[in-house]
Amino acid sequence: MEQDRYIIRIEGLTKSFGTFTILNGLNLNLEKDRVNIIIGRSGGGKSVLIKHIIGLLKPDKGRILVRDRDIVPMSEREMAHVRREFGMLFQEAALFDSLSVEENVAFPLHEHTSKSYKEIMTIVQDKLAGVGLQGMGSKMPAELSGGMRKRVGLARALVMEPKIVLFDEPTSGLDPVMGATINDLILRTKDEFGATCIVISHDISGTMKIADNIFMLYEGKIIVQGSPEEIKESSDPVVRQFIRGEAKGPIQIN
Amino acid sequence: MKNFFGWLGHNFLELLQELGRMMLLFIQAFFWLLRPPFRIRLFLKQMEFIGVNSLFVVGLTSLFTGMVLALQTYYAFRMFGAETLVGATVALSMTRELGPVITGLMVAGRAGSAICAEIGTMRVTEQIDALTVMSINPVQYLVMPRILAGFIMLPLLTIISDVMGIFGGYVVGVQLLDIHGGLFMNRIYEYVELADVYNGLVKASVFGGILTLVGCYKGFYTFGGAEGVGRATTQAVVMSCVLILISDYFLTALMF
Repeated sequence: MEQDRYIIRIEGLTKSFGTFTILNGLNLNLEKDRVNIIIGRSGGGKSVLIKHIIGLLKPDKGRILVRDRDIVPMSEREMAHVRREFGMLFQEAALFDSLSVEENVAFPLHEHTSKSYKEIMTIVQDKLAGVGLQGMGSKMPAELSGGMRKRVGLARALVMEPKIVLFDEPTSGLDPVMGATINDLILRTKDEFGATCIVISHDISGTMKIADNIFMLYEGKIIVQGSPEEIKESSDPVVRQFIRGEAKGPIQIN
Repeated sequence: MKNFFGWLGHNFLELLQELGRMMLLFIQAFFWLLRPPFRIRLFLKQMEFIGVNSLFVVGLTSLFTGMVLALQTYYAFRMFGAETLVGATVALSMTRELGPVITGLMVAGRAGSAICAEIGTMRVTEQIDALTVMSINPVQYLVMPRILAGFIMLPLLTIISDVMGIFGGYVVGVQLLDIHGGLFMNRIYEYVELADVYNGLVKASVFGGILTLVGCYKGFYTFGGAEGVGRATTQAVVMSCVLILISDYFLTALMF
Protein backbone atom coordinates (compact mmCIF):
# COMPACT_ATOMS: atom_id res chain seq x y z
CA MET A 1 0.00 0.00 0.00
CA GLU A 2 2.97 2.28 0.70
CA GLN A 3 3.81 2.23 -3.01
CA ASP A 4 0.37 3.44 -4.01
CA ARG A 5 0.37 6.23 -1.55
CA TYR A 6 3.50 7.96 -2.80
CA ILE A 7 3.74 9.00 -6.42
CA ILE A 8 7.28 10.35 -6.14
CA ARG A 9 9.96 9.17 -3.76
CA ILE A 10 13.38 10.76 -3.52
CA GLU A 11 16.20 8.99 -1.72
CA GLY A 12 19.53 10.49 -0.75
CA LEU A 13 19.47 13.24 -3.39
CA THR A 14 22.77 15.13 -3.49
CA LYS A 15 23.68 17.91 -5.89
CA SER A 16 26.61 20.30 -5.92
CA PHE A 17 27.45 23.19 -8.21
CA GLY A 18 31.22 23.54 -8.09
CA THR A 19 32.16 23.34 -4.44
CA PHE A 20 28.73 24.46 -3.23
CA THR A 21 26.50 21.61 -2.09
CA ILE A 22 22.92 22.70 -2.56
CA LEU A 23 21.08 19.43 -1.86
CA ASN A 24 22.67 17.17 0.67
CA GLY A 25 21.22 13.66 0.94
CA LEU A 26 17.63 14.83 0.69
CA ASN A 27 14.80 12.34 1.28
CA LEU A 28 11.26 13.18 0.25
CA ASN A 29 8.03 11.24 -0.30
CA LEU A 30 5.26 13.02 -2.16
CA GLU A 31 1.73 11.84 -1.70
CA LYS A 32 -0.53 11.10 -4.63
CA ASP A 33 -3.59 13.30 -5.31
CA ARG A 34 -2.55 15.83 -2.71
CA VAL A 35 -1.18 19.36 -2.69
CA ASN A 36 2.42 18.92 -1.55
CA ILE A 37 4.16 22.19 -0.80
CA ILE A 38 7.87 22.54 -0.32
CA ILE A 39 8.84 25.69 1.54
CA GLY A 40 12.26 27.12 2.14
CA ARG A 41 14.42 30.16 1.62
CA SER A 42 15.11 31.71 -1.75
CA GLY A 43 18.27 30.24 -3.18
CA GLY A 44 17.93 27.31 -0.83
CA GLY A 45 17.60 24.72 -3.57
CA LYS A 46 13.82 24.53 -4.05
CA SER A 47 14.05 25.20 -7.78
CA VAL A 48 16.96 22.79 -8.06
CA LEU A 49 14.85 20.14 -6.34
CA ILE A 50 11.88 20.63 -8.66
CA LYS A 51 14.17 20.50 -11.70
CA HIS A 52 15.45 17.15 -10.50
CA ILE A 53 11.92 15.81 -10.18
CA ILE A 54 11.24 16.52 -13.84
CA GLY A 55 14.70 15.49 -15.00
CA LEU A 56 16.01 18.89 -16.11
CA LEU A 57 18.95 18.32 -13.79
CA LYS A 58 20.70 15.05 -12.97
CA PRO A 59 21.77 14.44 -9.36
CA ASP A 60 25.32 13.66 -8.27
CA LYS A 61 23.96 10.93 -6.03
CA GLY A 62 20.60 9.49 -5.07
CA ARG A 63 17.46 8.04 -6.61
CA ILE A 64 14.30 9.72 -7.86
CA LEU A 65 11.41 7.31 -8.22
CA VAL A 66 8.36 8.37 -10.22
CA ARG A 67 5.71 5.67 -9.78
CA ASP A 68 8.52 3.40 -8.56
CA ARG A 69 10.67 3.88 -11.65
CA ASP A 70 14.06 5.48 -11.10
CA ILE A 71 14.39 8.36 -13.57
CA VAL A 72 18.04 9.12 -12.80
CA PRO A 73 19.64 6.57 -15.17
CA MET A 74 17.04 7.16 -17.90
CA SER A 75 18.04 8.35 -21.37
CA GLU A 76 16.56 11.58 -22.75
CA ARG A 77 14.23 9.47 -24.85
CA GLU A 78 12.79 7.53 -21.93
CA MET A 79 12.64 10.75 -19.97
CA ALA A 80 10.60 12.39 -22.72
CA HIS A 81 8.10 9.58 -22.24
CA VAL A 82 7.94 9.98 -18.45
CA ARG A 83 7.52 13.76 -18.81
CA ARG A 84 4.22 13.22 -20.61
CA GLU A 85 2.77 12.59 -17.16
CA PHE A 86 3.96 15.97 -15.95
CA GLY A 87 2.86 19.53 -16.41
CA MET A 88 4.87 22.41 -15.10
CA LEU A 89 4.16 26.04 -14.36
CA PHE A 90 7.40 28.00 -14.47
CA GLN A 91 8.21 30.91 -12.20
CA GLU A 92 7.93 33.52 -14.97
CA ALA A 93 5.46 31.30 -16.87
CA ALA A 94 8.02 30.69 -19.69
CA LEU A 95 5.46 31.35 -22.43
CA PHE A 96 6.86 31.28 -25.94
CA ASP A 97 7.19 34.95 -26.92
CA SER A 98 6.73 34.30 -30.60
CA LEU A 99 3.38 32.54 -30.18
CA SER A 100 0.01 33.98 -29.17
CA VAL A 101 -1.76 32.88 -26.00
CA GLU A 102 -3.87 30.37 -27.95
CA GLU A 103 -0.88 28.96 -29.79
CA ASN A 104 1.02 28.63 -26.53
CA VAL A 105 -1.76 26.58 -24.94
CA ALA A 106 -2.29 24.58 -28.13
CA PHE A 107 1.43 23.88 -28.53
CA PRO A 108 1.65 20.53 -26.67
CA LEU A 109 -1.52 19.32 -28.41
CA HIS A 110 -0.16 20.14 -31.86
CA GLU A 111 3.11 18.43 -31.04
CA HIS A 112 1.90 15.30 -29.30
CA THR A 113 -1.61 14.51 -30.51
CA SER A 114 -3.20 13.96 -33.88
CA LYS A 115 -6.27 15.99 -32.98
CA SER A 116 -7.70 18.25 -35.66
CA TYR A 117 -7.29 22.01 -35.50
CA LYS A 118 -10.94 22.40 -34.52
CA GLU A 119 -10.76 19.88 -31.67
CA ILE A 120 -7.58 21.53 -30.40
CA MET A 121 -9.19 24.97 -30.43
CA THR A 122 -12.17 23.67 -28.46
CA ILE A 123 -9.85 22.27 -25.79
CA VAL A 124 -7.76 25.45 -25.74
CA GLN A 125 -10.81 27.72 -25.29
CA ASP A 126 -12.03 25.42 -22.55
CA LYS A 127 -8.71 25.54 -20.68
CA LEU A 128 -8.44 29.30 -21.08
CA ALA A 129 -11.95 29.71 -19.70
CA GLY A 130 -10.90 27.42 -16.83
CA VAL A 131 -8.28 29.94 -15.76
CA GLY A 132 -10.59 32.92 -16.38
CA LEU A 133 -9.02 34.12 -19.60
CA GLN A 134 -11.74 33.52 -22.18
CA GLY A 135 -11.43 35.76 -25.19
CA MET A 136 -7.74 36.51 -24.60
CA GLY A 137 -6.52 33.87 -27.03
CA SER A 138 -5.23 36.17 -29.73
CA LYS A 139 -3.12 38.33 -27.39
CA MET A 140 0.67 37.99 -27.36
CA PRO A 141 2.43 37.10 -24.08
CA ALA A 142 4.16 40.50 -23.98
CA GLU A 143 0.75 42.20 -23.73
CA LEU A 144 -0.23 40.33 -20.57
CA SER A 145 0.28 41.12 -16.89
CA GLY A 146 2.29 38.78 -14.66
CA GLY A 147 -0.80 37.14 -13.21
CA MET A 148 -2.33 36.58 -16.64
CA ARG A 149 0.89 35.10 -17.93
CA LYS A 150 0.95 32.65 -15.05
CA ARG A 151 -2.63 31.63 -15.72
CA VAL A 152 -1.83 31.05 -19.39
CA GLY A 153 1.19 29.03 -18.24
CA LEU A 154 -1.12 26.98 -16.04
CA ALA A 155 -3.58 26.41 -18.90
CA ARG A 156 -0.66 25.21 -21.04
CA ALA A 157 0.61 22.95 -18.24
CA LEU A 158 -2.84 21.36 -17.86
CA VAL A 159 -3.75 20.97 -21.51
CA MET A 160 -2.33 17.45 -21.80
CA GLU A 161 -4.18 16.48 -18.59
CA PRO A 162 -1.07 15.52 -16.67
CA LYS A 163 -1.20 13.42 -13.52
CA ILE A 164 1.49 15.45 -11.78
CA VAL A 165 1.67 19.23 -11.93
CA LEU A 166 4.71 21.16 -10.69
CA PHE A 167 4.44 24.79 -9.65
CA ASP A 168 7.61 26.86 -9.34
CA GLU A 169 6.76 29.77 -6.98
CA PRO A 170 3.29 30.27 -8.47
CA THR A 171 2.37 33.32 -6.40
CA SER A 172 5.66 35.21 -6.22
CA GLY A 173 5.53 38.69 -7.69
CA LEU A 174 1.72 38.81 -7.71
CA ASP A 175 -0.65 41.01 -5.77
CA PRO A 176 -2.50 39.27 -2.89
CA VAL A 177 -5.77 38.91 -4.80
CA MET A 178 -4.08 37.38 -7.83
CA GLY A 179 -2.04 35.20 -5.48
CA ALA A 180 -5.26 33.91 -3.92
CA THR A 181 -6.71 33.30 -7.40
CA ILE A 182 -3.69 31.20 -8.33
CA ASN A 183 -3.95 29.29 -5.07
CA ASP A 184 -7.60 28.56 -5.87
CA LEU A 185 -6.55 27.30 -9.28
CA ILE A 186 -4.03 24.96 -7.64
CA LEU A 187 -6.82 23.50 -5.47
CA ARG A 188 -9.08 23.15 -8.51
CA THR A 189 -6.27 21.43 -10.39
CA LYS A 190 -6.22 18.82 -7.65
CA ASP A 191 -9.99 18.46 -7.30
CA GLU A 192 -11.17 18.71 -10.91
CA PHE A 193 -8.28 17.13 -12.78
CA GLY A 194 -7.37 14.70 -10.03
CA ALA A 195 -3.74 15.68 -10.33
CA THR A 196 -0.98 15.55 -7.76
CA CYS A 197 0.28 19.07 -7.16
CA ILE A 198 3.84 19.77 -6.16
CA VAL A 199 4.40 23.40 -5.26
CA ILE A 200 7.50 25.23 -4.17
CA SER A 201 6.81 28.44 -2.40
CA HIS A 202 7.82 30.87 0.27
CA ASP A 203 4.33 32.31 0.52
CA ILE A 204 3.46 31.08 4.02
CA SER A 205 -0.16 32.23 4.34
CA GLY A 206 -1.11 30.77 0.95
CA THR A 207 0.68 27.55 1.80
CA MET A 208 -1.19 27.16 5.08
CA LYS A 209 -4.51 27.56 3.24
CA ILE A 210 -4.08 25.08 0.42
CA ALA A 211 -1.46 22.51 1.45
CA ASP A 212 -2.21 18.93 2.41
CA ASN A 213 1.44 18.28 3.21
CA ILE A 214 4.17 20.80 3.89
CA PHE A 215 7.88 20.08 3.66
CA MET A 216 10.52 22.47 4.92
CA LEU A 217 13.76 22.46 2.94
CA TYR A 218 16.73 23.78 4.88
CA GLU A 219 20.46 23.34 4.23
CA GLY A 220 19.92 20.73 1.55
CA LYS A 221 17.60 18.50 3.54
CA ILE A 222 13.94 18.22 4.44
CA ILE A 223 14.03 19.09 8.13
CA VAL A 224 10.32 18.93 8.97
CA GLN A 225 7.21 17.68 7.25
CA GLY A 226 3.56 17.53 8.17
CA SER A 227 0.11 19.02 7.76
CA PRO A 228 -0.31 22.80 8.05
CA GLU A 229 -1.43 22.40 11.67
CA GLU A 230 1.59 20.28 12.53
CA ILE A 231 3.93 22.79 10.88
CA LYS A 232 2.31 25.66 12.79
CA GLU A 233 2.78 23.78 16.04
CA SER A 234 6.33 22.74 15.21
CA SER A 235 8.84 23.27 17.97
CA ASP A 236 11.78 23.35 15.53
CA PRO A 237 13.36 26.81 15.89
CA VAL A 238 14.21 27.04 12.17
CA VAL A 239 10.63 26.30 11.15
CA ARG A 240 9.25 28.70 13.72
CA GLN A 241 11.51 31.50 12.52
CA PHE A 242 10.64 30.81 8.89
CA ILE A 243 6.87 30.66 9.17
CA ARG A 244 6.74 33.68 11.43
CA GLY A 245 9.10 35.61 9.17
CA GLU A 246 11.46 36.76 11.89
CA ALA A 247 14.87 38.26 11.22
CA LYS A 248 16.41 36.83 14.40
CA GLY A 249 16.90 33.12 14.89
CA PRO A 250 18.97 30.12 13.88
CA ILE A 251 18.70 30.74 10.10
CA GLN A 252 21.96 32.18 8.80
CA ILE A 253 21.61 35.23 6.61
CA ASN A 254 24.28 35.47 3.97
CA MET B 1 56.93 35.16 -18.71
CA LYS B 2 55.67 32.02 -17.09
CA ASN B 3 52.42 33.79 -16.33
CA PHE B 4 52.02 34.78 -19.94
CA PHE B 5 52.39 31.21 -21.20
CA GLY B 6 50.07 30.03 -18.47
CA TRP B 7 47.49 32.54 -19.61
CA LEU B 8 47.98 31.58 -23.25
CA GLY B 9 47.65 27.87 -22.53
CA HIS B 10 44.61 28.39 -20.34
CA ASN B 11 42.81 30.37 -23.03
CA PHE B 12 43.78 27.91 -25.73
CA LEU B 13 42.42 25.00 -23.73
CA GLU B 14 39.21 26.92 -23.10
CA LEU B 15 38.86 27.60 -26.82
CA LEU B 16 39.37 23.90 -27.62
CA GLN B 17 36.79 22.96 -25.03
CA GLU B 18 34.32 25.38 -26.53
CA LEU B 19 34.90 24.09 -30.07
CA GLY B 20 34.45 20.56 -28.77
CA ARG B 21 31.10 21.38 -27.16
CA MET B 22 30.06 23.10 -30.36
CA MET B 23 30.86 19.99 -32.37
CA LEU B 24 28.80 17.91 -29.95
CA LEU B 25 25.85 20.24 -30.47
CA PHE B 26 26.33 19.95 -34.21
CA ILE B 27 26.38 16.14 -34.08
CA GLN B 28 23.23 16.14 -31.95
CA ALA B 29 21.53 18.47 -34.42
CA PHE B 30 22.54 16.17 -37.26
CA PHE B 31 21.02 13.12 -35.62
CA TRP B 32 17.82 14.99 -34.83
CA LEU B 33 17.62 15.95 -38.49
CA LEU B 34 17.06 12.30 -39.38
CA ARG B 35 14.37 11.69 -36.79
CA PRO B 36 10.68 12.53 -37.02
CA PRO B 37 8.73 14.67 -36.47
CA PHE B 38 9.83 16.81 -39.39
CA ARG B 39 8.68 20.35 -38.80
CA ILE B 40 8.79 21.79 -42.31
CA ARG B 41 7.20 25.08 -41.28
CA LEU B 42 9.92 25.89 -38.77
CA PHE B 43 12.53 25.16 -41.40
CA LEU B 44 10.86 27.36 -44.02
CA LYS B 45 10.55 30.16 -41.49
CA GLN B 46 14.28 30.02 -40.79
CA MET B 47 15.07 29.91 -44.51
CA GLU B 48 13.07 33.08 -44.88
CA PHE B 49 14.71 34.72 -41.91
CA ILE B 50 18.30 33.79 -42.71
CA GLY B 51 18.04 33.91 -46.49
CA VAL B 52 15.29 36.07 -47.91
CA ASN B 53 15.57 38.78 -45.28
CA SER B 54 19.33 39.08 -45.86
CA LEU B 55 18.95 39.65 -49.61
CA PHE B 56 19.01 43.42 -49.52
CA VAL B 57 22.03 43.89 -47.28
CA VAL B 58 24.04 41.19 -49.04
CA GLY B 59 23.16 42.61 -52.46
CA LEU B 60 24.02 46.16 -51.48
CA THR B 61 27.39 45.36 -49.88
CA SER B 62 28.34 43.09 -52.78
CA LEU B 63 27.45 45.75 -55.31
CA PHE B 64 29.79 48.25 -53.69
CA THR B 65 32.52 45.65 -53.20
CA GLY B 66 32.43 44.91 -56.94
CA MET B 67 32.51 48.62 -57.69
CA VAL B 68 35.52 49.37 -55.50
CA LEU B 69 37.33 46.28 -56.79
CA ALA B 70 36.96 47.59 -60.34
CA LEU B 71 38.29 50.98 -59.29
CA GLN B 72 41.31 49.54 -57.52
CA THR B 73 42.28 46.99 -60.14
CA TYR B 74 41.82 49.55 -62.91
CA TYR B 75 44.31 51.78 -61.15
CA ALA B 76 46.90 48.95 -61.03
CA PHE B 77 46.23 47.37 -64.43
CA ARG B 78 46.40 50.69 -66.27
CA MET B 79 50.12 50.85 -65.49
CA PHE B 80 50.79 48.00 -67.89
CA GLY B 81 47.87 48.42 -70.20
CA ALA B 82 45.78 45.46 -69.05
CA GLU B 83 42.56 47.36 -68.33
CA THR B 84 40.39 44.76 -70.05
CA LEU B 85 41.35 42.25 -67.34
CA VAL B 86 39.44 44.27 -64.73
CA GLY B 87 36.25 42.30 -65.41
CA ALA B 88 37.93 38.92 -65.03
CA THR B 89 39.69 40.02 -61.85
CA VAL B 90 36.49 41.28 -60.28
CA ALA B 91 34.62 38.13 -61.31
CA LEU B 92 37.32 35.79 -59.99
CA SER B 93 37.66 37.69 -56.71
CA MET B 94 33.90 37.71 -56.18
CA THR B 95 33.19 34.09 -57.00
CA ARG B 96 36.22 32.54 -55.34
CA GLU B 97 36.59 34.73 -52.33
CA LEU B 98 34.63 37.86 -51.66
CA GLY B 99 31.13 36.64 -52.52
CA PRO B 100 31.10 33.88 -49.91
CA VAL B 101 33.05 35.85 -47.31
CA ILE B 102 30.98 39.03 -47.55
CA THR B 103 27.80 37.00 -47.47
CA GLY B 104 29.08 35.03 -44.48
CA LEU B 105 30.09 38.12 -42.53
CA MET B 106 26.92 40.05 -43.31
CA VAL B 107 24.64 37.16 -42.40
CA ALA B 108 26.65 36.50 -39.24
CA GLY B 109 26.08 40.11 -38.24
CA ARG B 110 22.42 40.13 -39.17
CA ALA B 111 21.04 36.63 -38.59
CA GLY B 112 23.74 35.02 -36.42
CA SER B 113 23.32 37.68 -33.77
CA ALA B 114 19.53 37.45 -33.90
CA ILE B 115 19.64 33.66 -33.58
CA CYS B 116 21.89 33.93 -30.53
CA ALA B 117 19.79 36.64 -28.90
CA GLU B 118 16.54 34.75 -29.49
CA ILE B 119 17.75 31.37 -28.23
CA GLY B 120 19.65 33.05 -25.39
CA THR B 121 16.50 34.86 -24.25
CA MET B 122 14.58 31.59 -24.43
CA ARG B 123 17.27 30.03 -22.23
CA VAL B 124 17.27 32.70 -19.52
CA THR B 125 13.45 32.92 -19.40
CA GLU B 126 13.18 29.12 -19.04
CA GLN B 127 11.44 28.69 -22.41
CA ILE B 128 14.00 26.03 -23.37
CA ASP B 129 13.26 24.18 -20.13
CA ALA B 130 9.57 24.52 -20.96
CA LEU B 131 10.17 22.81 -24.31
CA THR B 132 12.02 19.97 -22.59
CA VAL B 133 9.26 19.60 -20.01
CA MET B 134 6.75 19.29 -22.84
CA SER B 135 8.82 16.40 -24.20
CA ILE B 136 10.06 18.39 -27.16
CA ASN B 137 13.77 18.19 -27.81
CA PRO B 138 15.08 21.79 -27.96
CA VAL B 139 17.99 20.84 -30.22
CA GLN B 140 15.59 19.39 -32.73
CA TYR B 141 13.10 22.20 -32.38
CA LEU B 142 15.43 25.21 -32.23
CA VAL B 143 18.95 24.35 -33.37
CA MET B 144 18.51 21.90 -36.23
CA PRO B 145 16.24 24.01 -38.50
CA ARG B 146 18.53 27.02 -38.15
CA ILE B 147 21.72 25.17 -39.04
CA LEU B 148 20.07 23.46 -41.98
CA ALA B 149 18.67 26.76 -43.23
CA GLY B 150 22.15 28.31 -42.96
CA PHE B 151 23.68 25.48 -44.96
CA ILE B 152 21.16 25.90 -47.74
CA MET B 153 20.59 29.64 -47.86
CA LEU B 154 24.18 30.89 -47.75
CA PRO B 155 25.14 29.44 -51.18
CA LEU B 156 21.97 30.92 -52.66
CA LEU B 157 22.78 34.33 -51.20
CA THR B 158 26.32 33.98 -52.50
CA ILE B 159 25.05 33.56 -56.06
CA ILE B 160 23.24 36.87 -55.67
CA SER B 161 26.37 38.39 -54.17
CA ASP B 162 28.52 37.17 -57.10
CA VAL B 163 26.10 38.59 -59.64
CA MET B 164 25.78 41.93 -57.83
CA GLY B 165 29.55 42.21 -57.46
CA ILE B 166 30.22 41.59 -61.13
CA PHE B 167 27.43 43.98 -62.05
CA GLY B 168 29.02 46.64 -59.84
CA GLY B 169 32.36 46.02 -61.51
CA TYR B 170 30.73 46.35 -64.91
CA VAL B 171 29.05 49.62 -64.02
CA VAL B 172 32.29 51.17 -62.79
CA GLY B 173 34.60 49.60 -65.39
CA VAL B 174 32.49 50.04 -68.50
CA GLN B 175 30.29 53.03 -67.71
CA LEU B 176 32.67 55.17 -65.68
CA LEU B 177 36.15 54.11 -66.75
CA ASP B 178 35.40 53.43 -70.42
CA ILE B 179 36.65 49.86 -70.65
CA HIS B 180 35.22 48.19 -73.76
CA GLY B 181 32.08 46.36 -72.66
CA GLY B 182 32.50 43.38 -74.98
CA LEU B 183 36.08 42.82 -73.95
CA PHE B 184 35.17 43.18 -70.31
CA MET B 185 32.62 40.37 -70.57
CA ASN B 186 34.73 38.29 -72.91
CA ARG B 187 37.64 38.21 -70.45
CA ILE B 188 35.25 36.98 -67.76
CA TYR B 189 34.14 34.08 -69.95
CA GLU B 190 37.77 33.36 -70.75
CA TYR B 191 39.18 33.23 -67.23
CA VAL B 192 36.34 32.29 -64.89
CA GLU B 193 35.44 28.62 -64.79
CA LEU B 194 32.36 27.07 -63.30
CA ALA B 195 34.58 25.33 -60.73
CA ASP B 196 35.45 28.77 -59.32
CA VAL B 197 31.78 29.43 -58.71
CA TYR B 198 31.08 25.98 -57.28
CA ASN B 199 34.00 26.09 -54.88
CA GLY B 200 32.84 29.48 -53.70
CA LEU B 201 29.40 28.00 -53.03
CA VAL B 202 30.89 25.12 -51.02
CA LYS B 203 32.67 27.71 -48.89
CA ALA B 204 29.43 29.62 -48.45
CA SER B 205 27.70 26.47 -47.25
CA VAL B 206 30.38 25.87 -44.64
CA PHE B 207 30.16 29.52 -43.53
CA GLY B 208 26.39 29.16 -43.23
CA GLY B 209 26.88 26.14 -41.01
CA ILE B 210 29.45 27.95 -38.89
CA LEU B 211 27.48 31.12 -38.27
CA THR B 212 24.23 29.36 -37.40
CA LEU B 213 26.01 26.77 -35.23
CA VAL B 214 27.92 29.44 -33.31
CA GLY B 215 24.76 31.54 -32.88
CA CYS B 216 22.77 28.55 -31.63
CA TYR B 217 25.60 27.32 -29.40
CA LYS B 218 26.21 30.68 -27.74
CA GLY B 219 22.48 31.19 -27.28
CA PHE B 220 21.85 27.68 -26.01
CA TYR B 221 24.45 27.98 -23.23
CA THR B 222 23.63 31.55 -22.23
CA PHE B 223 23.46 32.31 -18.53
CA GLY B 224 23.08 35.43 -16.41
CA GLY B 225 19.91 37.21 -17.50
CA ALA B 226 19.70 40.09 -19.96
CA GLU B 227 23.37 40.92 -19.51
CA GLY B 228 24.25 37.33 -20.33
CA VAL B 229 22.22 37.48 -23.55
CA GLY B 230 24.08 40.63 -24.60
CA ARG B 231 27.44 39.07 -23.85
CA ALA B 232 26.59 35.86 -25.67
CA THR B 233 25.40 37.77 -28.74
CA THR B 234 28.59 39.80 -28.99
CA GLN B 235 30.67 36.67 -28.58
CA ALA B 236 28.63 34.86 -31.20
CA VAL B 237 29.19 37.53 -33.84
CA VAL B 238 32.92 37.88 -33.11
CA MET B 239 33.45 34.15 -32.95
CA SER B 240 31.58 33.37 -36.16
CA CYS B 241 33.43 36.12 -38.06
CA VAL B 242 36.78 34.84 -36.81
CA LEU B 243 35.91 31.23 -37.60
CA ILE B 244 34.63 32.19 -41.05
CA LEU B 245 37.88 33.97 -41.94
CA ILE B 246 40.10 31.21 -40.53
CA SER B 247 38.18 28.40 -42.18
CA ASP B 248 38.19 30.45 -45.39
CA TYR B 249 41.96 30.12 -45.58
CA PHE B 250 41.94 26.38 -45.02
CA LEU B 251 39.09 25.74 -47.43
CA THR B 252 40.88 27.77 -50.10
CA ALA B 253 44.12 25.88 -49.49
CA LEU B 254 42.23 22.59 -49.76
CA MET B 255 40.15 23.33 -52.84
CA PHE B 256 42.16 25.52 -55.18
